[in-house]
Amino acid sequence: MATAVKATPSRQASLRKRRMSIAGRVLLQIFMTVLVITFLVPALWMISSSLKVSTEVFAHPTVWIPKDPQWKNYARVFEVMPFAKFIWNTVVVVVLAVTGTVLSSAMVAYAFARLRWPGRDLFFGILIATMLLPEVITLVPRFIIFRHLGWIDTFLPLTVPYWCAATALYVFLMRQYFRGLPMELEEAALIDGAGRLRILFQIILPLSKPVIATVAVFALFQHYTDYMNPLIYLNSMDKWTLAVGLGSLNANESYGASWELVFAAGTIMALPMLLLFVFAQRYFVKGIATTGLKG
Amino acid sequence: MAAGSKRRRFRRPSPLVLREWLSGYAFASPFIIGFLVFTAFPMIYSIWLSFHRWDMISPPRFVGLDNFAKLITDPRANLSLYNSAFYTVFAVPIQLVIAFALALALTQKIRFRDFYRSGFYLPIIVPLVAWSVVWQRVLHPEFGILNEFLGWFGIEPMNWLFDPALTKPAFIFMSFWMIGRMMVIFIAGLGNIPETLMEAASIDGASAWAKLRHVTIPLMTPLIFYNMVVAIINSFQTFIPAKIMTNGGPQNATLFAVLNIYRNGFEYFNMGYAAALAWEFFIIIVGFTIAQFYVSNKWVYYEA
Repeated sequence: MATAVKATPSRQASLRKRRMSIAGRVLLQIFMTVLVITFLVPALWMISSSLKVSTEVFAHPTVWIPKDPQWKNYARVFEVMPFAKFIWNTVVVVVLAVTGTVLSSAMVAYAFARLRWPGRDLFFGILIATMLLPEVITLVPRFIIFRHLGWIDTFLPLTVPYWCAATALYVFLMRQYFRGLPMELEEAALIDGAGRLRILFQIILPLSKPVIATVAVFALFQHYTDYMNPLIYLNSMDKWTLAVGLGSLNANESYGASWELVFAAGTIMALPMLLLFVFAQRYFVKGIATTGLKG
Repeated sequence: MAAGSKRRRFRRPSPLVLREWLSGYAFASPFIIGFLVFTAFPMIYSIWLSFHRWDMISPPRFVGLDNFAKLITDPRANLSLYNSAFYTVFAVPIQLVIAFALALALTQKIRFRDFYRSGFYLPIIVPLVAWSVVWQRVLHPEFGILNEFLGWFGIEPMNWLFDPALTKPAFIFMSFWMIGRMMVIFIAGLGNIPETLMEAASIDGASAWAKLRHVTIPLMTPLIFYNMVVAIINSFQTFIPAKIMTNGGPQNATLFAVLNIYRNGFEYFNMGYAAALAWEFFIIIVGFTIAQFYVSNKWVYYEA
């Protein structure tokens, strides 16, 4: 049906469409600009307020550009709470969790995508089912198990599970990608006597950089922004991650008046993700679009 | 042919095939082990827990169905489910409409399209803890920018996060900024609609509205459905804004289901009761998701 129509393109229809849309397009343009500013305002307000003196923070009407940018607000954040330590802890947790995620997801995805073994379909079904599993169901029992293991107040609960391909979505994304690679790659390598591990690391993975980047970016975001797990498992302040530190600073400052410090701390936490977005936007978008279209 | 394949199935696998099986299990083992240790075992363990009373100090005591009897009558547990349901019921449909409208607008030929797309996506890049910290102040009755903005139109300042009647609406309003994911999925889907279908509709004299109603929306129903299912699951599990911005208050107006489970488990240390609450929550979510899949046959259009 669609192809039959293609042969008779209607000039008139497209002309009419274009004429109608000129006035509409200007309106749409204005509307979208106003709307996008509305979407950006909270973040802009945070950044602007992080550089204000207290009187400007509470000024009416809102001061958008601080008269004398208070960069020392940022220095004070590191004085009121050990934010340097929080940043370091976050880096450790994120690096360990993301490395584990990428390696284990790649291995599992390889097994699901390119190997035949009894039970594969069953386990793949389980994997897909865990995607829809609300995390809350394992919250309490996991805590008790990790407590038995003596893992409370360590980074282990925040990292070890992710060396076991804990996030099904990433395995799924990689599997889809691996399945698209030609099978001959493997057959040739097998004839040359290469082992499976070598095939994965020296043939498959070098050809899969886009999906590795997508998974790494997603996992980085997930572990960097995680709040509930660090909140539950990390008791002592010198183990806290940025998310827990910011939450605690906020809870303390709610009673005080130092909003500019909370805004500065918020900016410190948001900035790496904003930069990641600037440089890796296409991986975010690609990953999300694939999950929606194929999931 | 059937006989042949039957004979093959019962033949001993060749060493080569056996090696592939072993590789399969070896490579999948992180997931298999991880699933058993970090998901399956905890779930079974939590069934056991839900039949016990345990404060993690004295030994666990078997209490039969007490925890479940308690959660049915516990006003706080019921309120927390009501709060989560209220939030989800209002937030998700409006989010879907906003995301879909934005996706439609951003697939037209307009200037700065990429800038708009990034701009609408940006709020979900800001870590939710930082975002909540900022919104707590955006909504502040005296110094927040929302009341200042409403003041331009002569609207009196409102006690967003301090008035139990306004907190959930404020949370719902705040959730409209979080539509970036949905929008990206809709944009990708709209890009997949064949141009020829639209042209055909134009030639038949269909108005823009008719095209939207009879071509675009039916073709997008699978993605609308996907976004809806995911958004409902996520909204129902809202935790961070409630913990950071209001800590469940005022008067438990933002005591959402997950916050209630968290409190019972990690603040009151009622481990058995928290496990029972989690099971109740789990059954509601999974049941609701399955129900949606059943109903989806009625309205979701899958290309044959």
